[in-house]
Amino acid sequence: MKLSLGLAALLLASAAIAVALGETTFSGPQYAAAFADPRSAAGEILWQIRAPRIAASALVGAALGLSGAVMQGLLRNPLADPGVLGVSAVSALGAATAIALGLAVTPGVVETAALLGALAAGAVVVALAARLESPQTLILFGVALSAMGGAGTALVFNLSPSPVATADVLSWLMGSVANRDWGDVGAALGPMLAGAGLCAVSGRGLRMLTLGAESAALSGLSMARLRMAAVAGAALLTGAAVAMSGVIGFVGLAAPHLVRRSVDDDPAALLLPASLAGAVLLVLADLAARMIPTAEPLKLGVMTALVGAPVFALIAWRASRSWRG
Amino acid sequence: MTAALDIDDISVDLGGRRVVDHASLAVNSGEFIGLVGPNGGGKTTLIRAALGLVRPAVGQAFLAGDPVRALSTDQRARRVGYLAQERIIGWNLPAWRLAALGAPLQPPAVARAHALEALHRVGASHLAERGVLDLSGGERAKILLARLLATRAPLLVADEPVAGLDPAAQFDTLECLRDHAKAGGAVLATLHDLTLAARFCERVAVMAGGRLIAIGSPESVLTPTNLKAAFALSGEIQSTRHGPIVAAARFRGA
Repeated sequence: MKLSLGLAALLLASAAIAVALGETTFSGPQYAAAFADPRSAAGEILWQIRAPRIAASALVGAALGLSGAVMQGLLRNPLADPGVLGVSAVSALGAATAIALGLAVTPGVVETAALLGALAAGAVVVALAARLESPQTLILFGVALSAMGGAGTALVFNLSPSPVATADVLSWLMGSVANRDWGDVGAALGPMLAGAGLCAVSGRGLRMLTLGAESAALSGLSMARLRMAAVAGAALLTGAAVAMSGVIGFVGLAAPHLVRRSVDDDPAALLLPASLAGAVLLVLADLAARMIPTAEPLKLGVMTALVGAPVFALIAWRASRSWRG
Repeated sequence: MTAALDIDDISVDLGGRRVVDHASLAVNSGEFIGLVGPNGGGKTTLIRAALGLVRPAVGQAFLAGDPVRALSTDQRARRVGYLAQERIIGWNLPAWRLAALGAPLQPPAVARAHALEALHRVGASHLAERGVLDLSGGERAKILLARLLATRAPLLVADEPVAGLDPAAQFDTLECLRDHAKAGGAVLATLHDLTLAARFCERVAVMAGGRLIAIGSPESVLTPTNLKAAFALSGEIQSTRHGPIVAAARFRGA
């Protein structure tokens, strides 16, 4: 609990810094004005541009961190991440199709297409999870689903009539929370809360899975129910995250590992800190993406992969001792 | 009296092959039964079928009088605790938390109390806070035994509970299981050490080629005829001042 409180404080501090800092710098009186009058110029930038973007990055980070922790627990595989079941790939396909068809002009259509893709993939995976007892088989189906999603997206590129649409799809796929408003944040909340609820009720079962599915079943756990709840929860979280921000890698993989030792490796106690760690990571990554001066704005997904990959290698090196089976 | 476990004429087919062939065995309260036999003889499959983990082609098993496949997972967990042969430990949990996985239906504080009590019984209280994957193989086996005891189920089923343990640890483990039976519980354990089976078990069941070829007291079952039929070894049970031992050797010319 101490860990989660600490992480929550860290998240608040990161969010406050991320709201305060940006391309436009303000003087003391301007900050004061933003607090006194949210309608002032500074207030608009702080509360209508930066704050929703930061809320979006925190939500996406939390969703990815939680869904990664659940997948690692369910599959008893420290390398599992939210994308392992193919939900992100099919979700991305949904968004890519909508953009290529020129539907991006209507607000919310791309997001809805991404969420629908995620829900379709999620339904397939949940149906499989009810039947497939072996985590390995589930992973293999996830790999197949990912490949199908990737192939579909490649096909969209291939058939796309205009290079502009192709560039738009590519840009979306790289992952970003730029230009997210409070409406986007509100729209993501529903599926994310539902997903988080399903993940939360799976915690006890994930802990029991430490000794394998048979021991868990003989200790009174309904394995089919656990697999369905965990997979549906993770799919909702991942789908809502992809709909909001595109595909963002490494956070879902790395966030659980950042806090795993602090909760004694317990897959149930891991869930809350992993989501908070994911939120902190993504808020900081987005702040870095905004603050690093580049000719073209840095994409959040590129940022997390650039920083995440080496950091993850380091964590893997240090955490390898807790992975021995 | 209703048996804690009643295996009634079970046959199991795996991969098109009959692995268990019309096996019947009752495990009563107060009794420690050792299941012995060669590798691949069907012991583990028989146990898994008895616990409802594989579906028998023929026959069924009853836990405290009810068909095992008709019980909910909760009901089954209240009647039997199981130590699987394959010792999977996915994460480096503290030993007490791993032992507490034996009592997941209890409130956390009660589960922890059961776990600590079980760790005390297996002599592993000092390891309670250590990560299980940081322990030695023998220490890990103790923690897994504690998890089995923490179930507080009337029937304990252990698949090769003493595999890989030193002689003293083998005695410790089997004494824990025997104490459970003496306190009114029932125990079914597969064992490869026939001497230990003769020392600790009220009854021994010999399984080979998917069939239970003999069930009874160690003296009546661990006979030259049965040892030859099960293991193709020449051997017999002998009494010594330390207790019975089962001596075995290859047949000459074999």
